[in-house]
Amino acid sequence: MSNRRDFMGIALGGFTALVGGIPALYAMKRTWDPLPSVKAAGFTNVDVSGAVENQLVVEKWRGKPIFVLKKSKDMKADDRDVVVGSDRFHVSIGLCTHLGCIPAYVSDEHKFKCACHGGEFDASGHETFGPPPSPLEVPPFKVDGTTIVLGEEGAEFKKMKEAGLTV
Amino acid sequence: MNKELKIFGVVAIFTLVLYWGVEPFAHSQMHKHVEGDNFAYSEFKASGKKGDAVNGKALVTGAAACTGCHGIKAINAPAPMDASMAGASYGVNPPDLSTAGALYDARFLAQLIKNPAHALKVEHKFDPAKGKMHPMTQFYGAGGDIDQEIADIVAFLKSIAPKEMSNKEAFENACGRCHANRYGKMSQLGETPKFKYKKDELKHQVAILEYQDKLKAYMGKLPPDLSIIIRARSEHFLETFIENPQSQLPGTSMPAVGLSHEGFEKVMAYLSETGDPSKPARGELGPLVLIFFIVFSGLAFLWKKEKWKGHH
Amino acid sequence: MAHFEKANSVGEWLDQRLAVNTLKRVLAFEYWIPKNINFLWAMGMVLAATFGLLLISGIFLLMYYQPNVETAFDSVNYTIMTEVGYGWLWRHIHGVGASVVFLIIYIHMFTGIYYGSYKRGRELIWLSGMGLFVAFSAEAFSGYMLPWGQMSYWAGMVITNLFSGGSLEAYGLVEWIRGDYVPGQAFLTRFFMLHVLLLPLVIIGLIVLHFGTLRIPHVNNQDGEDFDFEEAARLYKEGNIKESKVIPFQPVFLAKDIFVMGVYFILFFYLVFYHFEFAMDPVNFDPADGLKTPAHIYPEWYFLWSYEILRPFSKDLGLIAFAIAQVIFFALPFLDKSENVAPASRRGLFKFWFWAMLIDVLILTFMGKLPPQGIWNVIGLIAALAFFALWIALPIITKKEKKL
Repeated sequence: MSNRRDFMGIALGGFTALVGGIPALYAMKRTWDPLPSVKAAGFTNVDVSGAVENQLVVEKWRGKPIFVLKKSKDMKADDRDVVVGSDRFHVSIGLCTHLGCIPAYVSDEHKFKCACHGGEFDASGHETFGPPPSPLEVPPFKVDGTTIVLGEEGAEFKKMKEAGLTV
Repeated sequence: MNKELKIFGVVAIFTLVLYWGVEPFAHSQMHKHVEGDNFAYSEFKASGKKGDAVNGKALVTGAAACTGCHGIKAINAPAPMDASMAGASYGVNPPDLSTAGALYDARFLAQLIKNPAHALKVEHKFDPAKGKMHPMTQFYGAGGDIDQEIADIVAFLKSIAPKEMSNKEAFENACGRCHANRYGKMSQLGETPKFKYKKDELKHQVAILEYQDKLKAYMGKLPPDLSIIIRARSEHFLETFIENPQSQLPGTSMPAVGLSHEGFEKVMAYLSETGDPSKPARGELGPLVLIFFIVFSGLAFLWKKEKWKGHH
Repeated sequence: MAHFEKANSVGEWLDQRLAVNTLKRVLAFEYWIPKNINFLWAMGMVLAATFGLLLISGIFLLMYYQPNVETAFDSVNYTIMTEVGYGWLWRHIHGVGASVVFLIIYIHMFTGIYYGSYKRGRELIWLSGMGLFVAFSAEAFSGYMLPWGQMSYWAGMVITNLFSGGSLEAYGLVEWIRGDYVPGQAFLTRFFMLHVLLLPLVIIGLIVLHFGTLRIPHVNNQDGEDFDFEEAARLYKEGNIKESKVIPFQPVFLAKDIFVMGVYFILFFYLVFYHFEFAMDPVNFDPADGLKTPAHIYPEWYFLWSYEILRPFSKDLGLIAFAIAQVIFFALPFLDKSENVAPASRRGLFKFWFWAMLIDVLILTFMGKLPPQGIWNVIGLIAALAFFALWIALPIITKKEKKL
């Protein structure tokens, strides 16, 4: 008799946990997920036809700052440059790869400097000093005429990603 | 008892060292040290000339052509353009000059008339050599002794300045054309009126936004709302920054304002009214609460003595 | 069904139904506390009182606070601070209380370490206390988000980024925690929920557990003396209060607690009225702006020591060091291999360990706020390494400790 009661108790507990508990946890996890409207935060178009050399433009994309820097001739070309027509651009997510602060661009030195923990990046977004572990990330982009579309994975971006130049 | 006091001493010392390390010491290392000039503007030399207000008025409305851009309500000279149009033409609305003599330092005013970009400390932005002129044209003189003429203009501005000015007027004149103060219901277009119809309210908001767009283009970014700047920055920072913005933020596009010490105090009083209005209430209630707990502790001590009688 | 007789008084009526007399006896009048204690033993009740102040002030703030990214900042700084009657008082009590409560927690913790009050059956007291420390930390952090100022936003950004796990690059987890790519509306509302409901419930539950864990092993005393509580209680009840080693919680222990509380409240309200800047950072009076990082980002003072352990190392190593630092204090009862329950001053090398640990944590706290440059980096790195060296040394020196 007592064995049977234990068995029913375990059956009840197991049933509740497996069939009730796990789906309930799943529902709770889903409730914490970013909303579809947030995820579909859309695309940002950046027209670079009027860009000035060595002058940083900060755009906003999915709540993140995006650096767009038109490179002058004396700046080193880089595999991660975005080529629009005959011009080279450095395009990156303007968040330090250390802990996510926004570095400031020092145009005289062609450097991005982060005020938080002293990290530095060159004009191609490569880390040159301090705690940042990796280069500034390149956001998904597509070149469309003189416009850079952020959020869409164009051929150039896919190539960069395959080459492991960005995540 | 002695032992308890010793333990208390150790705890107190560690607590004070901790406080010193994370507050005064850390802040002394984090912020650069800037000495103020107490709004004396001693870098600008005084010409020593005594001004004649009557001649000054003739210059302001005539040869110097101040009224070509500035309104002077005190002598019934209206501004040539309204704020939005002036903003579109100059980047920022030129101030009405009625209160300038009361708010700004005389030496600063003289320097401003002579060389605006230099007095305002915005020469990094406005360099005639690069073809970038400050919107206020400098006064080249009306043919006579230029220092005398400038002294006359300053004397005239002083003569029309109001004897009494509210803190709010001081803020509106000195800061309000660039900075809003939403807790004081002030926008760059002055005090926001109450609207009966939503349509009028929205129209006003659009006018503000349009003015702000011009301002943004002129200053590089929208100057911050100053509602609670009094709690966001230290008094010392505000004092030295207003006196000479470059000393605290090199390269900033905020001009030196030229406030006299009295004008500065009025502006600070207004910022305190909007940003820290509970200050007087704190001052009143504080001593009462502290006295309450001192009496409470005294009674508690006597109660403790009674309860512990015979325990040792 | 129980048999009820007609009650002659309200007290009797309640006693029949709730056994209030038994409760009073067990929880207060015959809850025995050692007599050989000092004012540091009052910190528990001081903490309870501070938590009470936070709860009361929080309730009134909750009446006008708006958890919306557009209006949160002004609902705090304009509505509560200028319009609501005495709103400023509640906010100052809440802000100062949140900071001071950690000072008392640290004093309480180091008192426990100094007197060895985490051993010989008292392990659960320590563990539940550490649980409270973590819960209070989470409560403080979530509350810090609510005014939605610059420090709220950037602290939220930096701390949630830690969950990406360095090279693991678990950005999905970070975005899941935030409910957005960056801290936004979903982030603010969920931290609001945590701050005003879930975490307070956890804290209250842990406080009950913490009190419960004290019952069987009893409160420690200044000499770590192990004596017979029942014998001492018998002596006391017989009237030999001078000879007895215990006192009842009520009214004798409480009488001292309340005096200490009174002195503490003088300091507390002095801070509330005249010296609140340390607890209400000026940077947080600038509204949140995701496109402008403040010149210096630092956590509130009570998180600085662990933040500094994160900083001087490379990214992954820093995260690991940080994670260990968060939980290492939980392990104290198991890393201290000595049988002795005694003040650190009588415990040979442990005495030096205690003061070295205290001073090291203090140095880490200082360095955590200073800009990460030059000599500060070096001192920070040394202090962080010393922190781990001390924990490695603990089992070794305590194993060799002579039995008292």
